[in-house]
Amino acid sequence: MTEIIADQTTPILQGPTDKEKKYDRQLRLWASNGQRALEDSHVLLVNTGSGSVGIETLKNLVLPGIGKFTIADTNIVAEEDLGVNFFIDEEGLGKSRAEVCMKLLQELNPDVKGDWFPKQKTDSMTNLFQSEEMFTLIICALPIEAETLKLVKVYCHKFQVPLVSIHSAGFYSYFRIHLHGNFPIVDTHPDSTATTDLRLLTPWPELSGFAASLTESIENLDAHQHGHIPYLVLLLHYLKEWKQCHGEYPSTYNDKKAFRDTVTAGARTVTPEGGEENFDEAVAAVLKTVSPTTLSSAVKEVFDYEPTEVELKSDFWIIVDAVKKFYAKHGELPLPGSVPDMKAQSSVYVELQTIYKSKAKQDATEILETVRGQEGGNNIDAAEVDTFCKNAAFIKLIHGAGGSSKCIRSIAEEQFQADRDAEVMMTPLSLFPIYLALASTSYVASATSSEILATIEETVPGASSQERVVQVVEEVARARGGELHNISALTGGMASQEIIKIITKQYIPMDNTCVFDGIKSSTQIFRI
Amino acid sequence: MSQLVMVENINLGGVGGRPKSRWTYLDNIRRSAGPFCDPDAEFGDESIAMFDSFKVLVIGAGGLGCEILKNLALSGFKNIHVIDMDTIDVSNLNRQFLFRASDVGKGKAEVAAKFVMNRVQGVKITPHNCKIQDKDDDFYMQFTLIVCGLDSIEARRWINSTLVDLVDPENPESLKPLIDGGTEGFKGQSRVVLPTMTSCLECQLDMHAPRAAVPLCTLATIPRQPEHCIEWAHIIAWEKEHPFPKLDNDDPEHIKWLTEKALARAKEFNISGVTYSLTQGVVKNIIPAIASTNAVIAASCCNEAFKIATSTNPALGMEENYMMYSGNDSIYTYTFKHEKKDDCPVCGNVARTLPVDPNLTLQEFIETLAARPEAQLKKPSIRTEEKSLYFQSPASLELKTRRNLKLKMGKLVENGEEIGITDPSLGQVSFRFKLKFSKVFVKVAMVEEKTKGEEAK
Repeated sequence: MTEIIADQTTPILQGPTDKEKKYDRQLRLWASNGQRALEDSHVLLVNTGSGSVGIETLKNLVLPGIGKFTIADTNIVAEEDLGVNFFIDEEGLGKSRAEVCMKLLQELNPDVKGDWFPKQKTDSMTNLFQSEEMFTLIICALPIEAETLKLVKVYCHKFQVPLVSIHSAGFYSYFRIHLHGNFPIVDTHPDSTATTDLRLLTPWPELSGFAASLTESIENLDAHQHGHIPYLVLLLHYLKEWKQCHGEYPSTYNDKKAFRDTVTAGARTVTPEGGEENFDEAVAAVLKTVSPTTLSSAVKEVFDYEPTEVELKSDFWIIVDAVKKFYAKHGELPLPGSVPDMKAQSSVYVELQTIYKSKAKQDATEILETVRGQEGGNNIDAAEVDTFCKNAAFIKLIHGAGGSSKCIRSIAEEQFQADRDAEVMMTPLSLFPIYLALASTSYVASATSSEILATIEETVPGASSQERVVQVVEEVARARGGELHNISALTGGMASQEIIKIITKQYIPMDNTCVFDGIKSSTQIFRI
Repeated sequence: MSQLVMVENINLGGVGGRPKSRWTYLDNIRRSAGPFCDPDAEFGDESIAMFDSFKVLVIGAGGLGCEILKNLALSGFKNIHVIDMDTIDVSNLNRQFLFRASDVGKGKAEVAAKFVMNRVQGVKITPHNCKIQDKDDDFYMQFTLIVCGLDSIEARRWINSTLVDLVDPENPESLKPLIDGGTEGFKGQSRVVLPTMTSCLECQLDMHAPRAAVPLCTLATIPRQPEHCIEWAHIIAWEKEHPFPKLDNDDPEHIKWLTEKALARAKEFNISGVTYSLTQGVVKNIIPAIASTNAVIAASCCNEAFKIATSTNPALGMEENYMMYSGNDSIYTYTFKHEKKDDCPVCGNVARTLPVDPNLTLQEFIETLAARPEAQLKKPSIRTEEKSLYFQSPASLELKTRRNLKLKMGKLVENGEEIGITDPSLGQVSFRFKLKFSKVFVKVAMVEEKTKGEEAK
């Protein structure tokens, strides 16, 4: 199930504004802060080739309402554009493709500004990057002239602007995200089932006191009371008994199974339903909740990372440092503070919620104090620290790309090996040959299969002896550089989704190359 | 800037000497075989003429439907029909890109068809502003294949069972490939069904289990979540107070009333989190929807439709037939073969075993049918080989069978007996189930005895 987020900015009883009505279905995914980030963005598309995949990507950004987009494209609309690009009409024939596409895209959402380039024949790409307006992100459709790509890369590097390059030809496509430096995400939106953190093995005094008060004379409670003890209180009760008897909490799988039986035995069976729902919930929760909280590998990676001087000044790393200190001191991350729904009396449940919330608040306050004591920490918003604490167990760091041909060669060897084992292992064939073949036509509109193979050989010697590589290359050559609209629409869908994640800094972006095979209908991700 | 203009590149000029045309890129693929193509497939004028004669039906002109119509038109399909009974709402505009603010209130099928025909010349799109259930077998028989972009499981099951029923082994034309797409937030799936030959949508029903409902007693006595307060306002307070003649989920005044009621209840129990937006979400059962996921899933469906219609490459179907897509944590797809089920109530040939507690009344049994992932039958009429157990309609039969609702299953059927269930919203099909008692039937209970006695009279 997708997590639903209530929009925080709307006063409770007031109906939605017109904008909230229009964007309702997406605000439930990235809330008003995500929407604001989109509205503040300016995306540039450098369009070339048969020209559809970049436009399809933009379409899915204009609809949810980015602030502005610019299309740079030196092509003039030709007959074959009409057969692949939906945002071109008959009247556009002979006109600037950038202008025609911009107008027809802009029509989708009056809240979005559109611009195009070049307006004069004398305008060169260099002019585009000299304008005062900054781009938030650049999309580059391939194939492209090497010189143009270089200009784009220089700009992106200089201003640390994310670059997404996309190539779609025939039934194949890939797109690659180039992030500069490290890209930390706090609001990763983990599945709601993964976020339960009840600290049953390390209850704090308020929690154990409250639990004890409910289970003090558990045997003598009437049927209603007994059947409404919240499962987490039941677990705390039986854990205490277990510890008194065994000297320690159940830790092995067998221990936990035995512990589960103890809980089961505690349920009253002479009831109209033949059991008690709260005990059923407790039994079901044992394996998941009766374990010490450990750091995920993603969080460990963040903790182990040594930020650069520049990074150290950012809010994210200042808060990370404070959280690390907190962890060193307490052996636990700050408590997120939410309690899953469970069978309970309303007042008891609300009381439990309050106990967890105030502990979470206490942890967040301690971290905020550490933050305040650090250089640059005074300017950090308390709400930002709160959000960080709530998501501390799920923060994630995406590393910027760093590619070299040696790296491509080693991936290729590893993937060729995997393909040799594929039949025995019953795994699907690697899509890396598709990347190799498309990447070999990054700078040429179209090439024959032998030309493509020769280019691949330069990077991956011996690749042309792989039968699958040869087949994939033939398939790429078959398209003669032309796009199939379906493949471009699909690729544009995935690319725009990733761009939204990068701009909103929510959810987890793909890292860093996604290849699509329209014959097998499958994707594969490579870090190149 | 880049001058990679293929138009001007003579080497890349018309394929096979023909002049560059609108369909140049499509023809690159349609007129030449690739290394993965079926060796028997043909790529020439004849096969293209055949393709041009195909008629395709698109079901749904919403988030997926708009994309599907665009994609099919640009895949070269010439004759498309689209069916949708809905009108355009302002909350559609963030993704249903064939509609503008000025179209709000108009029929989706018509506006969508007009827009695409206007943009892509040479394609004919016929809109049908009605329910799929309003069309008969002859209507569905005219199409080569059917692409679905629906948000309702019920409608999917109806078209699925209708297409399975349509298959006549003597007539290969009667087998209509069904390509279905669905999305929710960043997730979705696309699948290809060759009715009677491969796993059908009913075989895959348990992949889409219904959301568990909150027990009524929680709403009535021990609410804990803002959603509980909203459901209370929606189900209990509304029924009691009837502030407006009929609840309209789209009327802000109605949602506001529910929000106020829910807020008051939340306050009473110290529960926080009730908002207008949440209320609307709960009451309308809103599923988040965005342009990007729709683009992915719709294009995947149309890519399969194109491959099936042109043989330009192998399509999903006989082997892999299901692609799962998930985009919230990186990008993940899983493409696999969903196996056909022998005991599928629609396309299988044996009755499906259904465990049942014989101590339940028929009424209670009927209620469980709605929630079971493998059944999901909301308005079932039930019969055994000998007798009618319960019929929703006609009224005379309903009246006659109503008394059975109070009787225990163990009294009405034998252990292992087969029953047939029909549900008009799901088409003609009769779902065959073999009942297997999950518990011992307690024949004589003191209280029961009395009731039974009364009914016997």
